[in-house]
Amino acid sequence: MNLVAEILSGNRLALARLLTKIENDSPEGVSTLDALFPYTGKAYLIGVTGAPGTGKSSLVNQLALHFRKTPGKEASPRVAVVAVDPSSPFSGGAILGDRIRMRDLSGDPDVFIRSMASRGVLGGIAQATASVVQALDAAGYGLILIETVGAGQAEVDIARLAHTTLVVEAPGMGDDIQAIKAGILEIADILVINKADRPGIENTETALRNMLQLGHPLPRDLRHHGKWVDQPVEADKAEIPNVWLPPIVRTVATEGKGIPELAEKIYMHKQYLHTSGEWETREQTRLETELINHLKSGLLSHWRNSITDQLYQDVLEKVYDRKLSPRQAVTLFLESEYD
Amino acid sequence: MDDNKIRVLIAKPGLDGHDRGAKVVARALRDAGMEVIYTGLRQTPEMIAEAALQEDVDVIGLSILSGAHMALVPRVLELLRGNKQEHVQVFIGGIIPDEDIPRLLEMGVSGVYGPGTLTDDIIRDIRENTRRQREQT
Ligand SMILES: Nc1nc2c(ncn2[C@@H]2O[C@H](COP(=O)(O)OP(=O)(O)OP(=O)(O)O)[C@@H](O)[C@H]2O)c(=O)[nH]1
Ligand SMILES: [Mg+2]
Repeated sequence: MNLVAEILSGNRLALARLLTKIENDSPEGVSTLDALFPYTGKAYLIGVTGAPGTGKSSLVNQLALHFRKTPGKEASPRVAVVAVDPSSPFSGGAILGDRIRMRDLSGDPDVFIRSMASRGVLGGIAQATASVVQALDAAGYGLILIETVGAGQAEVDIARLAHTTLVVEAPGMGDDIQAIKAGILEIADILVINKADRPGIENTETALRNMLQLGHPLPRDLRHHGKWVDQPVEADKAEIPNVWLPPIVRTVATEGKGIPELAEKIYMHKQYLHTSGEWETREQTRLETELINHLKSGLLSHWRNSITDQLYQDVLEKVYDRKLSPRQAVTLFLESEYD
Repeated sequence: MDDNKIRVLIAKPGLDGHDRGAKVVARALRDAGMEVIYTGLRQTPEMIAEAALQEDVDVIGLSILSGAHMALVPRVLELLRGNKQEHVQVFIGGIIPDEDIPRLLEMGVSGVYGPGTLTDDIIRDIRENTRRQREQT
C-alpha cells in the first residue's frame, strides 16, 4: 500500500511519518498531501493561544477528554492535538513539553497528539501547521485542537487557521493582560480565564471586559434578531446569537472546573459560524489565500526560469544604483517578456 | 548527513520523582539543535511507545533511577517492535549496575550513560547512530 492508502485506512505510523515529511518540506510530503486534499475539509479546528504558562496544554487536555467522553450533541469525534512551541533561535533545537499536561489522553487510540517546533520553515510556521492539520483532517480526526504560544504574528496566523479561537488568560501574571500586550485579543472568539482558583481573578475579568467593550461595536449598532438591542448580546444565552461577542469563561484546568461550560460555548460558536454563513466564508477565504500564495511562488519561479541571469542581474544593478525603482524594474521585466 | 531535524523523546518511566538529570539531557540536546519531546514523570512503557509513534521520533532517552530497568526496558523495546518502530534508538541514563549493561546492550539498547557522563558524548552517539540509520533507509 502507498502512503495515501495507509493514511486513509487509519495507519497511525504512516500518519506520523507523513507529518515528519511535511515538517521537513519533502517532495513526498507535498505530493501525498495533494493526493489527500479531496478528503479534507471535514474537521472542526479549535485554536488555543495565550501567554506562556497560562494553562493552554492543561485546557487542551481537559477539552479533548471532554469531547471524547461526553459526546453530547454530536457523535464523539476522533481528536487530534497539534502543539506548536518555538524553536531556539540560537541552536535551532527545541524542547516540546506540552505532552506533560496531556497524559490523561494516553491510551485512547482515537486521540493523536503531535508536538511541533516552529523552526525557521520556508513559507512560515503557519503554512506548515496548516499542512499538518490537513493531513490529520484527511486521516479522519474530526476535531483538531491547535495550541500555540501567543507571542507574535506567526501565532496569530496559526490561530487564523482555526474555526474557533480561544485566547487563554490567567490571573496573577503581572498587572497587564498578557493577551493585550501580544495583540491577540482581537482574534478571540472565546476568552478563557484559567487558574480561576488563583487570587486576582476579579481584576483580570474586569480588565478583559473593559478591553472587549473598546474593541467591539457599540451596542446601539447591533441588531439582534432584527431588533435594536440596548445591551451587547453576549453569547451567554442558550440560543444561537446572530452577532457574536466573545464570551468570557472561567476555568480551573487542573481540576476540570468550567470545562463543560467552555465546551458549550465552543459548540455555540460552531453553530453560530454555520447559521451566520461565516463558516463558508472563512473556508473559502482561507482556500483562496492558499491558492494565491501558491500562484505567487509558482509564477515567480516560472518567470525566473524564463529569463536569463544576465538580464536579471543587469536590472538588479540598476535598482541598486537607484536608477530604477523596484516597481519600474518589474514593469521592465514584464514588458521584456513580450519582446 | 541530511539536515532533517533529529527528534528525541525524553521520558522518565518508573515511580521515582527526580527528573533533574532528564531535564539536563533535554536541554543539552536542544542546544545541540535537536527537537526534544519531553513527557515528564511516571511514564508507563505503553505511554512511551505511544508518544514515540505519534511523534515519529528517531531516538528515545529513558531516565531510570528506580532500579526497574530490567523490567521497563524490554517492555519498551517490545512495544516499539509491535509498532514497527524497531529503527528507533533507545538510550538509557541513570543508575544502572555495571553487570546489567551488557544485557541491556544485547537487547538492543544503543547506549547506557551513568552519572557523570558528558552530554557531549550522548550527543555524538545520537548523531552517529542517526546518520547510520538514515543512510540505511
Ligand atoms: N492553580 C492552577 N494551576 C494551573 C491551572 N491550569 C494549569 N495550571 C498549572 O500551570 C502550569 C502551566 O500549565 P500548562 O498547561 O503547561 O500551560 P501552557 O499555557 O500550556 O504553558 P506553555 O505551553 O509553556 O506556554 C502547570 O504547572 C499547570 O499545572 C489552573 O487552572 N489552576
Ligand atoms: Mg503548553
